[in-house]
Amino acid sequence: MTKTLKGIAASDGVAIAKAYLLVQPDLSFSKSAVDDVNKETDRLQNAIDKSNSELQQIRDIAAKSLGEEEAQVFDAHMMILADPEFTGAVKQKIEEEKVNAESALDEVSTNFIKMFEAMTDNPYMQERAADVRDVTKRIMAHLLGVTLPNPALINEEVIIVAHDLTPSDTAQLNKKYVKAFVTDIGGRTAHSAIMARSLEIPAIVGTDTVTKDIKEGQKVIVDGNTGDIVVDPTTADVEKYQSLAKEYAAQKAEWAKLRNEATVTADGKHFELAANIGTPKDLTGVLDNGAEAIGLYRTEFLYMDSAELPTEDDQFEAYKAVIEGMNGKPVVVRTMDIGGDKHLPYLPLPEEMNPFLGYRAIRISLDRQDIFRTQLRALLRASAFGHLRIMFPMIATLQEFRQAKAILLEEEEKLVAAGVKVGKFEVGIMIEIPAAAVLADQFAKEVDFFSIGTNDLIQYSMAADRGNEHVSYLYQPYNPSILRLVKHVIESAHKEGKWAGMCGEAAGDPIMVPLLVGLGLDEFSMSATSVLKVRSLMKRLDTKEMAKLAEKAVTESLTNDDNIKLVKDNVK
Amino acid sequence: MEKRDFHIIAETGIHARPATLLVQTASKFNSDINLEYKGKSVNLKSIMGVMSLGVGQGADVTISAEGSDEADAINAIQETMKKEGLCD
Repeated sequence: MTKTLKGIAASDGVAIAKAYLLVQPDLSFSKSAVDDVNKETDRLQNAIDKSNSELQQIRDIAAKSLGEEEAQVFDAHMMILADPEFTGAVKQKIEEEKVNAESALDEVSTNFIKMFEAMTDNPYMQERAADVRDVTKRIMAHLLGVTLPNPALINEEVIIVAHDLTPSDTAQLNKKYVKAFVTDIGGRTAHSAIMARSLEIPAIVGTDTVTKDIKEGQKVIVDGNTGDIVVDPTTADVEKYQSLAKEYAAQKAEWAKLRNEATVTADGKHFELAANIGTPKDLTGVLDNGAEAIGLYRTEFLYMDSAELPTEDDQFEAYKAVIEGMNGKPVVVRTMDIGGDKHLPYLPLPEEMNPFLGYRAIRISLDRQDIFRTQLRALLRASAFGHLRIMFPMIATLQEFRQAKAILLEEEEKLVAAGVKVGKFEVGIMIEIPAAAVLADQFAKEVDFFSIGTNDLIQYSMAADRGNEHVSYLYQPYNPSILRLVKHVIESAHKEGKWAGMCGEAAGDPIMVPLLVGLGLDEFSMSATSVLKVRSLMKRLDTKEMAKLAEKAVTESLTNDDNIKLVKDNVK
Repeated sequence: MEKRDFHIIAETGIHARPATLLVQTASKFNSDINLEYKGKSVNLKSIMGVMSLGVGQGADVTISAEGSDEADAINAIQETMKKEGLCD
């Protein structure tokens, strides 16, 4: 039976393929006593052997399709599986305590995980806890006779159906075969959504129940433009969506022609279209999509992808690669934004009731100046290789900005005194805390630029956790309240001869762009894959008309929905 | 039984890659092989045992092997330690 499901459209495109359920099976068990100890240890050995041959197979395939480095994690798993202190201890427990293999395994592995996790001074060992957990899961699955999903073994085109996707889930996927993502939870800013946009495949998130509604191997159509999912489609459905996919491909080809063109509106006004990146590897996508700048380089990945604090030289190499790679085009580098939902295994942060309102970003940097100064020195050294714009995240008060800037200038002075070449650079702040947005007129006298981070600005203005699906209706970028803040920030910048940009999701949003053009935003920074679409949209806009539209949106509209309608009715 | 003392000079001690290689080397032999550090002894064929010791720079450790191939085992382990820059 054909059925249609609905979710949040998170990445454009249309895909048709078989469903692959990336869902963890139920691994619950109960503890029981056993009479025949030999039979129980045989069961254990059997599960270990099966796990081992499975891991060997996954390792070989992963090495071929993903590369040696990704495959090494499975070597580590096999080593744990062969470890006499681990599996030997499980066996011993079965023999001595006459308990079933499941509970013996669970107890031994819990002890090891606890021991590794307690080694807070040794991040490497803390990560090994995850390996023990993975291996335990695999043995447990074989003991219970259930199947674990092995995404590394996928060898045909599939649509990944999951409750949620984590970075470690997607690391094991062979991107060649993955045609789309569909998940139960998440919004447009979820990892799965961001990943899908960078892979240029469709994604639908926040469906609530898709892992229950779709069965393994069922044919599925995913329309990432509308958020529609068709399960077991009819021939007519398939034909309809195949032609939609063709249309979308044709439109993308049309956009591609704009790669080397400037971003100008119908009345000839220029706007800077920039891309957001996380690592120097993303530079290819930026250049392929014809972005004119980098509007947000999220440096936290340098910290997150490392087992310890990245050194000044490691950071310098990364920043230099990006700045030099942009060939004189501007690059906004945001200093470390750790905390909130981003953690470092080697930098334990206090347990907080509200991490997004807690010890985060510049608040950590100003407190841990050793870490901050290292980053600033690396940035200052890299500034000699192109056009650098340094941006501080989560600034709430002028004092914070002044303190951060003073530290920056101190480091500059030291480097110059030591004979190190430092180039010119701009210093700006991210506007994501309402207090800074309201006081933008004062900030504008001291900063070189603003970049509005919409996801956080909305979350803090609405007092609504952006990761909480129960309050996701409060993510309202077009709400007049948000637009008034944005307007005030832009006008304040212009009054002091400074510029204002936006580096959140909204900067690439087709409803928001006409309003932002009308409000006079100078720079728009978005996923690299949205750049050409927005350039094509801007070509059709007239700035004077958009200014009138934006004025209505800010003064006459009452709700988010009013403004969606306003833009849809007036921008074709 | 063969016994040998080592002074660890590697900056990061015995962790990650060197630990893996030591375990791999030890596992090739039939002898029982143990690593002793600060009065605690672990099976050198166990990655989790070795890593749980947390052997750092400047540590003095003793490796002992007992079995038919104990001499070869100790020599092979010493070679791996040197190759990985764990000791002089």
